[in-house]
Amino acid sequence: MKRTGVFICHCGINIAGTVDVKKAAKELAKHKGVVHSEEYVYMCSDPGQNLIIDAIKEKKLDNVVIACCSPTLHETTFRNAAKSAGINTFQCEIANIREQCSWVHKDMNKATDKAIKITKSAVERVRRNESLEPISVPVTRRALVIGGGIAGIQSALDLANSGFEVVLVERSPSIGGHMIQLSETFPTLDCSQCILTPKMVEVSKHPKIKLMTYSEVQEVSGYVGNFKVKILKKPTYVDPDKCTLCDECSKVCPVLVSNEFDLGLTGRRAIYIPFPQAIPATYTLDIKGCPGLLPIACGKCADVCEPEAIDYDMKPEIVEEEVGAIIVTTGYDLYDKENMAEYGYGKYADVLDGLQFERLCSASGPTMGKILRPSDHKEPKEVVFIQCVGSRDPELHCAYCSKICCMYTAKHAMLYKHHVHDGQAYIFYIDIRSGGKGYEEFVQRAVEEDGVLYLRGKVSKIFEDKGKIKVWGVDTLSGKDIEIDADMVVLATAMRPSKGAEELAKKLKIAMDKDGFLSEAHPKLRPVESVTSGMFLAGAAQAPKDIPEAVAQASGAAAKAIAILSQDRLYHAPTVAKVNLNLCTGCGMCVEVCPYEALSLKDGKVEVNEVLCEGCGTCSATCLRAAIQVKNLTPLQVHEMISISLGG
Amino acid sequence: MAEEFEPKIVAFLCKWCSSAGSDLAGVSRMEYPPNVVPIQVMCSGSVSPLYVLSAFNKGADGVLVSGCHPGDCHYIKGNFYARRRIALVKRLLDFIGLEPQRFQMSWVSAAEGTKYTQIIKDFVQELKPLGPQTKLRRDL
Ligand code: FES
Repeated sequence: MKRTGVFICHCGINIAGTVDVKKAAKELAKHKGVVHSEEYVYMCSDPGQNLIIDAIKEKKLDNVVIACCSPTLHETTFRNAAKSAGINTFQCEIANIREQCSWVHKDMNKATDKAIKITKSAVERVRRNESLEPISVPVTRRALVIGGGIAGIQSALDLANSGFEVVLVERSPSIGGHMIQLSETFPTLDCSQCILTPKMVEVSKHPKIKLMTYSEVQEVSGYVGNFKVKILKKPTYVDPDKCTLCDECSKVCPVLVSNEFDLGLTGRRAIYIPFPQAIPATYTLDIKGCPGLLPIACGKCADVCEPEAIDYDMKPEIVEEEVGAIIVTTGYDLYDKENMAEYGYGKYADVLDGLQFERLCSASGPTMGKILRPSDHKEPKEVVFIQCVGSRDPELHCAYCSKICCMYTAKHAMLYKHHVHDGQAYIFYIDIRSGGKGYEEFVQRAVEEDGVLYLRGKVSKIFEDKGKIKVWGVDTLSGKDIEIDADMVVLATAMRPSKGAEELAKKLKIAMDKDGFLSEAHPKLRPVESVTSGMFLAGAAQAPKDIPEAVAQASGAAAKAIAILSQDRLYHAPTVAKVNLNLCTGCGMCVEVCPYEALSLKDGKVEVNEVLCEGCGTCSATCLRAAIQVKNLTPLQVHEMISISLGG
Repeated sequence: MAEEFEPKIVAFLCKWCSSAGSDLAGVSRMEYPPNVVPIQVMCSGSVSPLYVLSAFNKGADGVLVSGCHPGDCHYIKGNFYARRRIALVKRLLDFIGLEPQRFQMSWVSAAEGTKYTQIIKDFVQELKPLGPQTKLRRDL
């Protein structure tokens, strides 16, 4: 018979105040198989742990039960103590007699009785535990980063500079994300492209980074340390190695479509380069606009392409990659303008969103950095900026705060004044949220140096009137109605998770919050991890955030990924499902309910992939013949625990 | 005077939510009757109907299965299986004539110490008038 030791902790008076620990120790000593039973004031202290270690050695104990606080607190402490005395960590079980007993009861007799039952049931359990060692698996020491905005770029560079190979996948033809569209960035007003393009070039030149633009993740399987990813590489119909960026093709292309880089403020050809500094530096033929390739309906671009870079026969390709960790940085989109019809957005040419205004301010934008109205190319003399458009509106739009709009609106108003000295900027706001280094000072500067007029209140109506855009609103501070004849209106629309993020999250099996942003594993303590181990999040895919935050989170996610990739092997809890082949009939019911696809049928029997199995036990409750059981919490163990709990 | 009847309850608590919720009740020094002995399982989805029957068989007056709220299961969907399975077991127990109050399922998150406390208090109150469970009990 196995020799069991029982150690009952007083936890000062936390346990001993309600549970008669002496009586409990005496009762346990009578339980069959228990050859040692003692109590001590603080089992978790060094002398307490030594009591356990000495008893294991002296009395040749096979296993031990520590009756103390919740296993979430000291299970590891005591298992390590057991290990140091030479027994397997799984030969130590915790009986929770504090949180689930002494702290919730007053009657000493009853509490003692209950504590005895809980402890005995742990004894019955531990006697039937198998000794197990953690399962270990090798690690593929490469990472996948999904999304090539600033967060993805930062993560990829941090990983690559630490010596790990990275596959960076971006669905559009160039990396750079929304940051590359911006003109200047708050609160320093440095030029966005100037600070981003060096990083983009570094990505393209880095020997450790495999850049896959115009590509999308199609399928992900596997587990932490060993993911298999299928990536769809869409055809660009242009060989980047041959393309010399001469621009002859787009000069002859007859098709004009709206230019997404300028958010529709300009047009582009079907064959195009998204912007001059695009990485990779090459043209892309967007077949959505092209008159046709099969059969070739136009063919002008190929005719003029001297280096013969254009290849109409290019086909979509599926590329398979193996990686050990995945970082998701899919970024954001602005709230759909269809939702903001009340502000005339989409109806009046001179009502713009924040990103469009960035393009107007940008030196490389459609107006070469001159702020001109899209409708008639005149300089606007009165501009109204409206904050919280679609944000903080739980009834009609998004309940959350988009976080960056207060700051970029202040910046917009400031930039406007720097371009149009005699103009006037008005900002309608609900609150000003300028937490961040140098942010509050920045807002003050907008007011004091650039005379921006802040109006606290909401806009009630926007409509066109004699070439002006009339803005009606209220200033809630003075209680006065406001009417402004504006030349241009700029809406700080809400940030939304980028389109397609939901589909991707499903493929990766990572959770989303109610707004569609990706969920972190713990809002405070694990902000860059997803609930799926080996998958990390960064940037606006997780929640609205500004550039410095996105960059910090991206570096954090990279560090977390490196913690996995720098390991030789990964370890996994060995309390996984086990099949009794004699009992298994191969009915496959367990295979179907497994949340982790850890079970499969092989030769008419179920097989467990121990690395995928998390040990939840859903399979064992489903099996009609108890043929599949989770190690160390088997039906037999549970039945014994039930019987003890009911008094033997 | 005979002693008041004290029902014996077995509670299967999932490790990630309900057991943590019951820990929180302790940390917050709430108080509930000591009639319940908790058995921590990995997930409510791992509670086999046999566990429930076995508990009644061995003399439980009431059985509670408690897991994470639907959608919050640590193992993604274990509690959805539990919910369906428990509903079936309930019907079976109804069919054989066991009082429906004796078998309950609840959702208690790691933050719901108060809720756990209330559930146990109510459960004990509901079981008291029923007296000992004899239907499934295999008397020793
Ligand atoms: S882990 Fe709590 S119900 Fe599944």
